[in-house]
Amino acid sequence: MASRNTASVSSRKTGSKSIDEFAPGAIVEFDRDQELKAYREMLLIRRFEEKAGQLYGMGFIGGFCHLYIGQEAVVVGMQLALKEGDQVITGYRDHGHMLACGMSARGVMAELTGRRGGLSKGKGGSMHMFSKEKNFYGGHGIVGAQVSLGTGLAFANAYRQNDNVSLAYFGDGAANQGQVYESFNMAALWKLPVIYIIENNRYAMGTSVARASAGVDFSQRGTAIGIPGLQVDGMDVRAVKAAADAAVAHCRDGKGPIILEMQTYRYRGHSMSDPAKYRSKDEVQKMRSEHDPIEQVKARLLEKGWASEDELKAIDKDVRDIVADSADFAQADPEPDVSELYTDILL
Amino acid sequence: MPVEILMPALSPTMEEGTLSKWLKNEGDKVTSGDVIAEIETDKATMEVEAVDEGVIGKLLVAAGTENVKVNTPIALLLQDGESADAAAAPKADADTPAAAADSTGGKAREAAAETPVAAKVPAAPKVDVAADPDIPAGTEMVPTTVREALRDAMAEEMRRDPDVFVMGEEVAEYQGAYKITQGLLQEFGDRRVVDTPITEHGFAGVGVGAAMAGLKPIVEFMTFNFAMQAIDQIINSAAKTLYMSGGQMGAPIVFRGPNGAAARVGAQHSQDYAAWYSQIPGLKVIQPYTAADAKGLLKAAIRDPNPIIFLENEILYGQTFDVPKLDDFVLPIGKARIHRPGKDVTIVSWGIGMTYVVKALAELEKDGIDAEVIDLRTIRPMDLPAVIESVKKTGRLVTVEEGFPQSSVGDFIANRVQQEAFDYLDAPVITIAGKDVPMPYAANLEKLALPNVGEVVQAVKAVCYK
Ligand SMILES: Cc1ncc(C[n+]2csc(CCOP(=O)(O)OP(=O)(O)O)c2C)c(N)n1
Ligand SMILES: [Mg+2]
Repeated sequence: MASRNTASVSSRKTGSKSIDEFAPGAIVEFDRDQELKAYREMLLIRRFEEKAGQLYGMGFIGGFCHLYIGQEAVVVGMQLALKEGDQVITGYRDHGHMLACGMSARGVMAELTGRRGGLSKGKGGSMHMFSKEKNFYGGHGIVGAQVSLGTGLAFANAYRQNDNVSLAYFGDGAANQGQVYESFNMAALWKLPVIYIIENNRYAMGTSVARASAGVDFSQRGTAIGIPGLQVDGMDVRAVKAAADAAVAHCRDGKGPIILEMQTYRYRGHSMSDPAKYRSKDEVQKMRSEHDPIEQVKARLLEKGWASEDELKAIDKDVRDIVADSADFAQADPEPDVSELYTDILL
Repeated sequence: MPVEILMPALSPTMEEGTLSKWLKNEGDKVTSGDVIAEIETDKATMEVEAVDEGVIGKLLVAAGTENVKVNTPIALLLQDGESADAAAAPKADADTPAAAADSTGGKAREAAAETPVAAKVPAAPKVDVAADPDIPAGTEMVPTTVREALRDAMAEEMRRDPDVFVMGEEVAEYQGAYKITQGLLQEFGDRRVVDTPITEHGFAGVGVGAAMAGLKPIVEFMTFNFAMQAIDQIINSAAKTLYMSGGQMGAPIVFRGPNGAAARVGAQHSQDYAAWYSQIPGLKVIQPYTAADAKGLLKAAIRDPNPIIFLENEILYGQTFDVPKLDDFVLPIGKARIHRPGKDVTIVSWGIGMTYVVKALAELEKDGIDAEVIDLRTIRPMDLPAVIESVKKTGRLVTVEEGFPQSSVGDFIANRVQQEAFDYLDAPVITIAGKDVPMPYAANLEKLALPNVGEVVQAVKAVCYK
């Protein structure tokens, strides 16, 4: 992985002839506004997830809770390339995606605490949250299921002949599920506008990529059926944006699906109950201190004189306030009315 | 105000833990993400991370303290300019964690008390295992958790038969997602304890193929919810091959893992499959409640030449029961256990359903109702003769399960009882099941979606016309 401030998008030849068209340079240089926007959005996810971890520990959040800390640049960078009507779908590590899609911190946090103001009225929980308004299709607890569903969203776009794209996010572990390849084949066969984003954070629960996958270059998983792929430094939001731009253009041009392997890292355990004994503290520490996606942006902002320490502190405070407000709301909001038990089962 | 650092809940079912080690001292500066302590639960050793920055003011619970309840303040974190003395929180006596727990105030504790975790984990049930006629009289009993019993069963069978192996997600190096395969990799090596990718349909099929070739796989599903990915191989390949091959080859395989609701894990992770698999000819379906049954029946399942669905439950894993100390404790598949003899009413349940029944018994006794409780243990083949014999005696029947109500296991039992013992029935059979809804996440709704002790008591009274 590239070290801080020297990110790159490395692309390679795949089965597709047109890969060079969307194999741009290393990164997209951000202007001041873009850097500030990326900083703020990544920080919001980071602080939100820290708070969620805290509320879990206090018993306000139950069940499973999978934090996105460390992976923020992926979803924030991808989102910068989208337009109105594009769809997003992911697995259970989904709070970051929801915030990046513009779903309210209050709505997400109240869903985590299972309250009526949650985005699924408290009935879905951490792993199962949706927003029709924001074109966010969940929030899925079954590893790999979202890949077929995301392909179906793309099918609908192709069917309607609009130029929207769908983004299907999944993990390195999910990348081995059978339905992923069934979907790849249909998407390639029918040239569906779907971007498969493999968030390779190196582990699926306690299993490292090398222990679960015979081939570890996930960008090449579609090679035999002509799906091009890019390997991207998922810790650098500019590299993510560059790959996103290329992928979105490819899909909107009607060239079919594309795979983006985002090389990233989760700092926390798989879920709150994972002691993470399968990796060394040094490994985690090294990622945190040398590749942190937020620190990279912060350093650039300061270096270029685009923001002062005080200005960044003000953003921090703003973000903390939003998160604190969401946590207060999520604790004070009442549980769903008991009549909700029997609603929303059938129309 | 100093921030109280509370004993965190680190899994859906954790209620307390041991504060094994402090990694920071009073006066140390910490920032968000720093590991400050290690705690141990029955499943794992976990690290507690600081979620805020500040200076550790006071350590309120000493290292080595056991049974520290979730949400007990364990330390104070001082913010800019605060001193430890200003902190008003009482210093809890490290030797009396109960007292420390009592000092927990505020919302957090109320909320924790409201969660179904607290409500659902029953106090250690007393089961008269020795009364099982399949256990020789006078056998020494060893208190054992369901978790240990399952592990012991697999280890014993693997020692006995080199064709037995375990595979599944996280079963080897991680020691099992729920720590059921703890120690197996160390004893048997990675040829026989095999970590798989997250590819249920694929590895279930690989298991069935290996079984057709004569090996005896134990396939662990991290939970049975994920076996829905694999259900085609289980039913179309494992269950039907013996028949389709005219008896030439079958599949001696055990599919096992936690089944049903845990706590707050939502609609996609909470399903009970007892009724689903119970429909399939060519399968045997076992769902034990006690540790003794878990051990004796898992050993039987591994030896059985047929495909077996072995349904466990996450909430039962940590519960302790007596297990007979025998060199080779194997129980018969398909035989119910009279959990409590009685004469007024028959209650039939199995697996986690038994926890509601056991709790209801105390109340029923108060009301002078002498219930006979039958733990089915095996759903298929079902010990209907035991149920019918009991109903002929009591004339009344209530069944209890967590699964969905339509076409439930209880529905099947009720139907057979009305066919075979109609003249003996003094009241319509009541079948208690989970509600007819996907499992909601919200704590209050989840509680409502599951059966409860009150429903059992009410149903028993209703069939007794009390
Ligand atoms: C079909 C299925 N099998 C198993 C699980 C349990 N499980 C949940 S997440 C996970 C690991 C997935 O890892 P990865 O795809 O790399 O995503 P990450 O958690 O790293 O984001 C497993 C095994 C599940 N939810 N669904
Ligand atoms: Mg992963």
